[in-house]
Amino acid sequence: MSTAIADRAPASGPESIQTFTVTVIIRRFLPGIDLEPRWEDFDVEMLPTDRVLDALHKIKWEQDGSLTFRRSCAHGICGSDAMRINGRNRLACKTLIKDLDISKPIYIEAIKGLPLEKDLVVDMEPFFDSFREVQPFLIANSKPKEGKERVQSPEDRARFDDTTKCILCAACTSSCPIFWTDGQYFGPAAIVNAHRFIFDSRDESNVRLDILDDKEGVWRCRTTFNCTEACPRGIQVTQAIAEVKQAILRGKP
Amino acid sequence: MSLTIENPRAPRTRRSPGGVNWEKWGWVYMRVSGVILVVLIFGHLFVNLIVGEGVKAIDFAFVGGKYANPFWRIWDFAMLWLALIHGANGMRHLVNDYAANEKLRKLLLLALGGSTAVLLVLGSLVIFTFDPCPANSPADLLPSFCS
Repeated sequence: MSTAIADRAPASGPESIQTFTVTVIIRRFLPGIDLEPRWEDFDVEMLPTDRVLDALHKIKWEQDGSLTFRRSCAHGICGSDAMRINGRNRLACKTLIKDLDISKPIYIEAIKGLPLEKDLVVDMEPFFDSFREVQPFLIANSKPKEGKERVQSPEDRARFDDTTKCILCAACTSSCPIFWTDGQYFGPAAIVNAHRFIFDSRDESNVRLDILDDKEGVWRCRTTFNCTEACPRGIQVTQAIAEVKQAILRGKP
Repeated sequence: MSLTIENPRAPRTRRSPGGVNWEKWGWVYMRVSGVILVVLIFGHLFVNLIVGEGVKAIDFAFVGGKYANPFWRIWDFAMLWLALIHGANGMRHLVNDYAANEKLRKLLLLALGGSTAVLLVLGSLVIFTFDPCPANSPADLLPSFCS
Protein backbone atom coordinates (compact mmCIF):
# COMPACT_ATOMS: atom_id res chain seq x y z
CA MET A 1 0.00 0.00 0.00
CA SER A 2 1.18 3.47 -0.79
CA THR A 3 0.76 4.53 2.85
CA ALA A 4 3.26 1.96 4.03
CA ILE A 5 5.79 2.92 1.38
CA ALA A 6 5.49 6.60 2.11
CA ASP A 7 5.93 5.98 5.84
CA ARG A 8 8.98 3.81 5.42
CA ALA A 9 10.87 5.93 2.89
CA PRO A 10 12.20 8.71 5.18
CA ALA A 11 13.26 6.22 7.90
CA SER A 12 15.28 4.01 5.56
CA GLY A 13 17.28 6.92 4.09
CA PRO A 14 20.49 8.19 5.69
CA GLU A 15 20.03 10.73 8.47
CA SER A 16 21.94 13.39 6.57
CA ILE A 17 19.24 13.99 3.96
CA GLN A 18 18.19 17.59 4.19
CA THR A 19 14.53 18.33 4.53
CA PHE A 20 13.08 21.69 3.63
CA THR A 21 9.83 23.48 4.27
CA VAL A 22 7.67 24.49 1.35
CA THR A 23 4.51 26.52 1.35
CA VAL A 24 1.79 24.99 -0.77
CA ILE A 25 -1.17 27.20 -1.65
CA ILE A 26 -4.15 25.18 -2.80
CA ARG A 27 -7.32 26.44 -4.41
CA ARG A 28 -9.97 24.88 -2.17
CA PHE A 29 -13.62 24.46 -2.90
CA LEU A 30 -15.92 22.52 -0.60
CA PRO A 31 -19.40 22.34 -2.13
CA GLY A 32 -22.09 23.20 0.39
CA ILE A 33 -19.66 25.26 2.49
CA ASP A 34 -17.80 27.50 0.05
CA LEU A 35 -19.74 29.64 -2.36
CA GLU A 36 -16.57 30.55 -4.25
CA PRO A 37 -13.22 28.74 -4.45
CA ARG A 38 -10.65 30.14 -2.00
CA TRP A 39 -6.87 29.83 -1.65
CA GLU A 40 -5.56 28.11 1.47
CA ASP A 41 -1.90 27.71 2.36
CA PHE A 42 -0.12 24.82 4.09
CA ASP A 43 3.49 24.43 5.24
CA VAL A 44 4.95 20.96 4.67
CA GLU A 45 8.31 19.42 5.46
CA MET A 46 9.64 17.79 2.29
CA LEU A 47 12.56 15.68 1.13
CA PRO A 48 14.40 16.42 -2.14
CA THR A 49 13.00 13.18 -3.53
CA ASP A 50 9.39 14.13 -2.83
CA ARG A 51 6.86 14.96 -5.50
CA VAL A 52 3.94 17.34 -5.41
CA LEU A 53 1.71 14.33 -4.82
CA ASP A 54 3.66 13.53 -1.64
CA ALA A 55 3.04 17.07 -0.41
CA LEU A 56 -0.69 16.63 -1.06
CA HIS A 57 -0.62 13.30 0.78
CA LYS A 58 1.17 14.86 3.75
CA ILE A 59 -1.40 17.64 3.91
CA LYS A 60 -4.31 15.24 3.65
CA TRP A 61 -2.95 12.73 6.13
CA GLU A 62 -1.42 15.06 8.70
CA GLN A 63 -3.04 18.48 8.43
CA ASP A 64 -6.42 18.60 6.73
CA GLY A 65 -8.26 15.38 5.89
CA SER A 66 -10.89 17.24 3.92
CA LEU A 67 -8.46 18.03 1.09
CA THR A 68 -9.75 16.17 -1.96
CA PHE A 69 -7.81 15.13 -5.04
CA ARG A 70 -7.66 12.20 -7.43
CA ARG A 71 -4.74 9.84 -7.65
CA SER A 72 -4.44 6.19 -8.35
CA CYS A 73 -1.18 4.62 -9.49
CA ALA A 74 1.03 7.55 -8.37
CA HIS A 75 3.55 6.65 -11.09
CA GLY A 76 2.48 8.72 -14.08
CA ILE A 77 0.50 6.02 -15.87
CA CYS A 78 -3.11 6.17 -14.73
CA GLY A 79 -3.58 9.85 -15.52
CA SER A 80 -5.70 10.64 -12.46
CA ASP A 81 -3.75 13.47 -10.88
CA ALA A 82 -3.40 16.08 -13.60
CA MET A 83 -3.57 19.49 -11.95
CA ARG A 84 -2.45 23.03 -12.48
CA ILE A 85 0.82 23.47 -10.60
CA ASN A 86 2.32 26.96 -10.66
CA GLY A 87 0.09 27.80 -13.64
CA ARG A 88 1.09 24.78 -15.72
CA ASN A 89 -0.79 21.54 -16.20
CA ARG A 90 1.27 18.65 -14.87
CA LEU A 91 0.88 15.31 -13.18
CA ALA A 92 1.37 15.78 -9.43
CA CYS A 93 3.06 12.35 -9.30
CA LYS A 94 5.66 13.28 -11.93
CA THR A 95 6.58 16.74 -10.63
CA LEU A 96 9.45 16.80 -8.15
CA ILE A 97 9.14 19.61 -5.64
CA LYS A 98 12.83 20.46 -5.90
CA ASP A 99 12.37 21.12 -9.63
CA LEU A 100 9.97 23.93 -8.79
CA ASP A 101 11.10 27.23 -7.33
CA ILE A 102 10.86 26.35 -3.60
CA SER A 103 11.82 29.84 -2.45
CA LYS A 104 8.29 30.81 -3.46
CA PRO A 105 5.00 29.13 -2.55
CA ILE A 106 3.74 26.42 -4.85
CA TYR A 107 0.29 27.14 -6.23
CA ILE A 108 -1.92 24.13 -6.93
CA GLU A 109 -5.38 24.28 -8.46
CA ALA A 110 -7.70 22.02 -10.40
CA ILE A 111 -7.39 21.81 -14.19
CA LYS A 112 -9.39 24.49 -15.97
CA GLY A 113 -12.29 24.23 -18.39
CA LEU A 114 -14.11 21.34 -16.69
CA PRO A 115 -16.76 21.82 -13.97
CA LEU A 116 -15.14 22.03 -10.53
CA GLU A 117 -16.62 19.51 -8.09
CA LYS A 118 -14.46 19.69 -4.99
CA ASP A 119 -10.96 21.06 -4.30
CA LEU A 120 -8.79 19.53 -7.05
CA VAL A 121 -11.49 17.24 -8.44
CA VAL A 122 -13.32 18.20 -11.63
CA ASP A 123 -16.13 16.52 -13.52
CA MET A 124 -14.36 14.56 -16.26
CA GLU A 125 -17.54 13.45 -18.05
CA PRO A 126 -17.51 16.17 -20.79
CA PHE A 127 -13.91 15.16 -21.48
CA PHE A 128 -14.74 11.46 -21.75
CA ASP A 129 -17.85 12.26 -23.83
CA SER A 130 -15.67 13.77 -26.57
CA PHE A 131 -13.30 10.83 -26.25
CA ARG A 132 -16.20 8.39 -26.78
CA GLU A 133 -17.53 10.36 -29.68
CA VAL A 134 -14.43 9.87 -31.86
CA GLN A 135 -14.95 6.08 -31.63
CA PRO A 136 -11.58 5.19 -30.09
CA PHE A 137 -11.64 1.49 -30.96
CA LEU A 138 -10.61 -0.64 -33.93
CA ILE A 139 -13.28 -0.73 -36.64
CA ALA A 140 -12.59 -3.49 -39.16
CA ASN A 141 -15.17 -5.39 -41.15
CA SER A 142 -12.86 -7.56 -43.24
CA LYS A 143 -11.87 -10.96 -41.93
CA PRO A 144 -8.22 -11.89 -41.59
CA LYS A 145 -7.27 -15.21 -43.20
CA GLU A 146 -8.36 -18.33 -41.32
CA GLY A 147 -6.17 -18.78 -38.27
CA LYS A 148 -4.21 -15.60 -38.94
CA GLU A 149 -3.98 -12.33 -37.11
CA ARG A 150 -4.29 -8.82 -38.49
CA VAL A 151 -0.71 -8.32 -39.61
CA GLN A 152 0.96 -4.95 -39.32
CA SER A 153 4.48 -4.02 -40.36
CA PRO A 154 6.74 -2.23 -37.85
CA GLU A 155 6.64 0.85 -40.14
CA ASP A 156 2.84 0.91 -40.08
CA ARG A 157 2.91 0.54 -36.31
CA ALA A 158 5.41 3.37 -35.98
CA ARG A 159 3.08 5.69 -37.92
CA PHE A 160 0.81 6.19 -34.90
CA ASP A 161 3.20 5.20 -32.13
CA ASP A 162 3.30 8.68 -30.57
CA THR A 163 -0.45 8.90 -30.02
CA THR A 164 -0.69 5.44 -28.40
CA LYS A 165 1.04 6.93 -25.33
CA CYS A 166 -2.02 8.96 -24.25
CA ILE A 167 -3.16 8.25 -20.67
CA LEU A 168 -6.30 10.47 -20.83
CA CYS A 169 -5.20 12.70 -17.99
CA ALA A 170 -6.85 15.76 -19.63
CA ALA A 171 -3.75 17.93 -19.11
CA CYS A 172 -3.78 18.88 -22.81
CA THR A 173 -7.51 19.48 -23.21
CA SER A 174 -7.69 21.57 -20.04
CA SER A 175 -4.72 23.69 -21.15
CA CYS A 176 -6.38 24.56 -24.48
CA PRO A 177 -7.67 28.16 -24.62
CA ILE A 178 -10.30 27.13 -27.18
CA PHE A 179 -11.61 24.46 -24.81
CA TRP A 180 -11.74 26.99 -21.93
CA THR A 181 -14.17 29.19 -23.85
CA ASP A 182 -15.94 26.54 -25.92
CA GLY A 183 -16.71 23.33 -24.09
CA GLN A 184 -18.23 21.89 -27.27
CA TYR A 185 -14.78 21.63 -28.89
CA PHE A 186 -13.56 18.02 -29.04
CA GLY A 187 -10.25 19.04 -27.50
CA PRO A 188 -6.72 17.77 -28.12
CA ALA A 189 -7.05 14.49 -26.22
CA ALA A 190 -10.01 13.27 -28.28
CA ILE A 191 -8.22 14.18 -31.52
CA VAL A 192 -5.05 12.43 -30.34
CA ASN A 193 -7.04 9.25 -29.69
CA ALA A 194 -8.78 9.58 -33.06
CA HIS A 195 -5.32 9.97 -34.65
CA ARG A 196 -4.24 6.70 -33.04
CA PHE A 197 -6.93 4.82 -35.01
CA ILE A 198 -7.11 7.00 -38.15
CA PHE A 199 -3.48 6.15 -38.93
CA ASP A 200 -3.73 2.50 -37.87
CA SER A 201 -3.31 0.39 -41.02
CA ARG A 202 -5.65 -2.28 -39.58
CA ASP A 203 -8.50 0.15 -39.10
CA GLU A 204 -10.88 0.34 -42.06
CA SER A 205 -13.18 3.17 -41.08
CA ASN A 206 -13.07 6.78 -42.24
CA VAL A 207 -15.91 7.72 -39.91
CA ARG A 208 -13.60 9.56 -37.49
CA LEU A 209 -12.52 11.94 -40.25
CA ASP A 210 -16.18 12.86 -40.80
CA ILE A 211 -16.76 13.29 -37.07
CA LEU A 212 -13.76 15.61 -36.68
CA ASP A 213 -14.53 17.53 -39.90
CA ASP A 214 -16.98 19.56 -37.86
CA LYS A 215 -17.54 23.10 -36.65
CA GLU A 216 -16.34 21.91 -33.24
CA GLY A 217 -13.76 19.55 -34.72
CA VAL A 218 -10.14 19.99 -35.75
CA TRP A 219 -10.78 23.32 -37.51
CA ARG A 220 -11.23 24.99 -34.14
CA CYS A 221 -7.59 24.29 -33.30
CA ARG A 222 -5.49 27.49 -33.45
CA THR A 223 -2.12 25.71 -33.10
CA THR A 224 -1.37 27.40 -29.79
CA PHE A 225 0.88 24.45 -28.78
CA ASN A 226 -0.40 24.61 -25.16
CA CYS A 227 -1.38 20.94 -25.48
CA THR A 228 2.07 19.82 -26.64
CA GLU A 229 3.68 21.71 -23.75
CA ALA A 230 1.23 20.30 -21.21
CA CYS A 231 1.41 16.62 -22.22
CA PRO A 232 3.14 14.67 -19.42
CA ARG A 233 3.81 11.84 -21.89
CA GLY A 234 5.60 14.08 -24.38
CA ILE A 235 3.14 13.45 -27.20
CA GLN A 236 3.46 15.93 -30.07
CA VAL A 237 -0.22 16.79 -29.75
CA THR A 238 -0.34 19.79 -32.07
CA GLN A 239 1.45 17.81 -34.76
CA ALA A 240 -1.06 14.98 -34.40
CA ILE A 241 -3.93 17.46 -34.82
CA ALA A 242 -2.25 18.93 -37.92
CA GLU A 243 -1.90 15.42 -39.38
CA VAL A 244 -5.62 14.80 -38.81
CA LYS A 245 -6.39 18.12 -40.56
CA GLN A 246 -4.36 16.99 -43.57
CA ALA A 247 -6.03 13.60 -43.56
CA ILE A 248 -9.44 15.29 -43.63
CA LEU A 249 -8.38 17.47 -46.58
CA ARG A 250 -7.14 14.36 -48.40
CA GLY A 251 -10.26 12.43 -47.40
CA LYS A 252 -8.15 9.48 -46.30
CA PRO A 253 -5.35 8.81 -43.75
CA MET B 1 -16.08 -15.83 -31.58
CA SER B 2 -16.47 -13.55 -34.52
CA LEU B 3 -13.29 -12.33 -36.15
CA THR B 4 -14.77 -9.14 -37.52
CA ILE B 5 -15.12 -6.24 -35.14
CA GLU B 6 -18.54 -4.74 -35.47
CA ASN B 7 -19.23 -1.12 -34.78
CA PRO B 8 -20.99 -1.27 -31.40
CA ARG B 9 -23.08 1.85 -31.92
CA ALA B 10 -24.46 3.95 -34.70
CA PRO B 11 -22.02 6.79 -35.31
CA ARG B 12 -23.14 10.15 -34.06
CA THR B 13 -21.96 13.25 -35.80
CA ARG B 14 -22.70 16.78 -34.77
CA ARG B 15 -22.51 18.17 -38.29
CA SER B 16 -25.74 19.53 -39.72
CA PRO B 17 -26.56 17.42 -42.78
CA GLY B 18 -25.72 18.80 -46.21
CA GLY B 19 -24.30 22.20 -47.08
CA VAL B 20 -20.77 23.47 -47.43
CA ASN B 21 -18.31 22.87 -44.62
CA TRP B 22 -17.39 26.51 -44.05
CA GLU B 23 -15.00 25.83 -41.20
CA LYS B 24 -12.88 23.59 -43.40
CA TRP B 25 -12.81 25.99 -46.33
CA GLY B 26 -12.20 28.90 -43.97
CA TRP B 27 -9.15 27.07 -42.67
CA VAL B 28 -7.90 26.35 -46.21
CA TYR B 29 -8.56 29.98 -47.22
CA MET B 30 -6.44 31.30 -44.34
CA ARG B 31 -3.47 29.19 -45.46
CA VAL B 32 -3.77 29.90 -49.19
CA SER B 33 -4.48 33.64 -48.87
CA GLY B 34 -1.71 33.96 -46.29
CA VAL B 35 0.91 32.62 -48.72
CA ILE B 36 -0.33 34.83 -51.58
CA LEU B 37 -0.50 37.88 -49.30
CA VAL B 38 3.14 37.50 -48.30
CA VAL B 39 4.09 37.96 -51.97
CA LEU B 40 1.55 40.73 -52.63
CA ILE B 41 2.28 42.81 -49.52
CA PHE B 42 6.06 42.59 -49.70
CA GLY B 43 5.90 43.34 -53.45
CA HIS B 44 3.68 46.33 -52.68
CA LEU B 45 6.03 47.63 -49.97
CA PHE B 46 9.10 47.09 -52.16
CA VAL B 47 7.66 48.97 -55.14
CA ASN B 48 6.30 51.84 -53.05
CA LEU B 49 9.11 52.33 -50.54
CA ILE B 50 12.37 51.05 -52.01
CA VAL B 51 12.38 51.14 -55.82
CA GLY B 52 13.54 54.38 -57.44
CA GLU B 53 13.37 57.46 -55.19
CA GLY B 54 11.90 55.41 -52.35
CA VAL B 55 9.33 56.75 -49.94
CA LYS B 56 9.79 60.38 -51.12
CA ALA B 57 8.25 59.50 -54.47
CA ILE B 58 4.81 58.82 -53.02
CA ASP B 59 2.31 61.56 -53.82
CA PHE B 60 -0.94 61.90 -55.74
CA ALA B 61 0.87 61.69 -59.05
CA PHE B 62 2.63 58.48 -57.99
CA VAL B 63 -0.70 56.81 -57.16
CA GLY B 64 -2.26 58.20 -60.35
CA GLY B 65 0.64 56.85 -62.39
CA LYS B 66 0.40 53.44 -60.74
CA TYR B 67 -3.32 53.17 -61.39
CA ALA B 68 -2.84 54.06 -65.06
CA ASN B 69 -1.46 50.53 -65.31
CA PRO B 70 -4.11 47.72 -65.10
CA PHE B 71 -1.46 45.45 -63.57
CA TRP B 72 -1.35 47.50 -60.37
CA ARG B 73 -5.14 47.78 -60.27
CA ILE B 74 -5.44 43.99 -60.29
CA TRP B 75 -2.56 43.69 -57.78
CA ASP B 76 -4.24 46.08 -55.33
CA PHE B 77 -7.66 44.57 -55.96
CA ALA B 78 -6.33 41.10 -55.07
CA MET B 79 -4.57 42.50 -52.03
CA LEU B 80 -7.72 44.29 -50.85
CA TRP B 81 -10.00 41.26 -51.08
CA LEU B 82 -7.57 38.63 -49.83
CA ALA B 83 -6.35 40.73 -46.88
CA LEU B 84 -9.76 42.02 -45.79
CA ILE B 85 -11.40 38.61 -45.85
CA HIS B 86 -8.34 37.07 -44.19
CA GLY B 87 -8.49 39.66 -41.42
CA ALA B 88 -12.26 39.46 -41.04
CA ASN B 89 -12.11 35.68 -40.77
CA GLY B 90 -9.47 36.01 -38.07
CA MET B 91 -11.69 38.47 -36.21
CA ARG B 92 -14.61 36.05 -36.61
CA HIS B 93 -12.52 33.37 -34.88
CA LEU B 94 -11.75 35.79 -32.05
CA VAL B 95 -15.42 36.65 -31.66
CA ASN B 96 -16.41 32.98 -31.68
CA ASP B 97 -13.72 32.17 -29.12
CA TYR B 98 -14.29 34.98 -26.67
CA ALA B 99 -17.84 36.35 -26.99
CA ALA B 100 -19.65 34.09 -24.55
CA ASN B 101 -23.00 35.87 -24.77
CA GLU B 102 -24.89 34.54 -27.81
CA LYS B 103 -26.64 37.87 -28.56
CA LEU B 104 -23.41 39.83 -28.27
CA ARG B 105 -21.67 37.28 -30.50
CA LYS B 106 -24.31 37.59 -33.22
CA LEU B 107 -24.15 41.40 -32.98
CA LEU B 108 -20.36 41.46 -33.25
CA LEU B 109 -20.42 39.07 -36.21
CA LEU B 110 -23.03 41.22 -37.96
CA ALA B 111 -21.01 44.39 -37.36
CA LEU B 112 -17.88 42.64 -38.58
CA GLY B 113 -19.57 41.32 -41.73
CA GLY B 114 -21.19 44.68 -42.46
CA SER B 115 -18.00 46.71 -42.09
CA THR B 116 -16.05 44.20 -44.18
CA ALA B 117 -18.63 44.37 -46.97
CA VAL B 118 -18.64 48.19 -46.96
CA LEU B 119 -14.83 48.33 -47.09
CA LEU B 120 -14.69 45.77 -49.90
CA VAL B 121 -17.25 47.64 -52.02
CA LEU B 122 -15.70 51.07 -51.38
CA GLY B 123 -12.18 49.82 -52.03
CA SER B 124 -13.16 48.05 -55.25
CA LEU B 125 -15.00 51.16 -56.45
CA VAL B 126 -11.94 53.32 -55.87
CA ILE B 127 -9.59 50.88 -57.57
CA PHE B 128 -11.67 50.51 -60.73
CA THR B 129 -13.16 53.99 -61.11
CA PHE B 130 -10.11 56.01 -60.08
CA ASP B 131 -9.40 58.82 -62.53
CA PRO B 132 -6.75 61.39 -61.55
CA CYS B 133 -8.03 63.87 -64.17
CA PRO B 134 -11.84 63.65 -64.30
CA ALA B 135 -13.33 65.42 -67.32
CA ASN B 136 -15.22 68.73 -66.84
CA SER B 137 -13.64 69.52 -63.48
CA PRO B 138 -12.48 73.05 -62.64
CA ALA B 139 -8.82 73.39 -63.54
CA ASP B 140 -7.76 74.63 -60.09
CA LEU B 141 -8.88 71.34 -58.46
CA LEU B 142 -6.84 69.19 -60.84
CA PRO B 143 -3.24 68.16 -60.19
CA SER B 144 -0.59 69.85 -62.29
CA PHE B 145 0.15 66.86 -64.56
CA CYS B 146 -3.38 66.76 -66.02
CA SER B 147 -3.15 69.59 -68.50
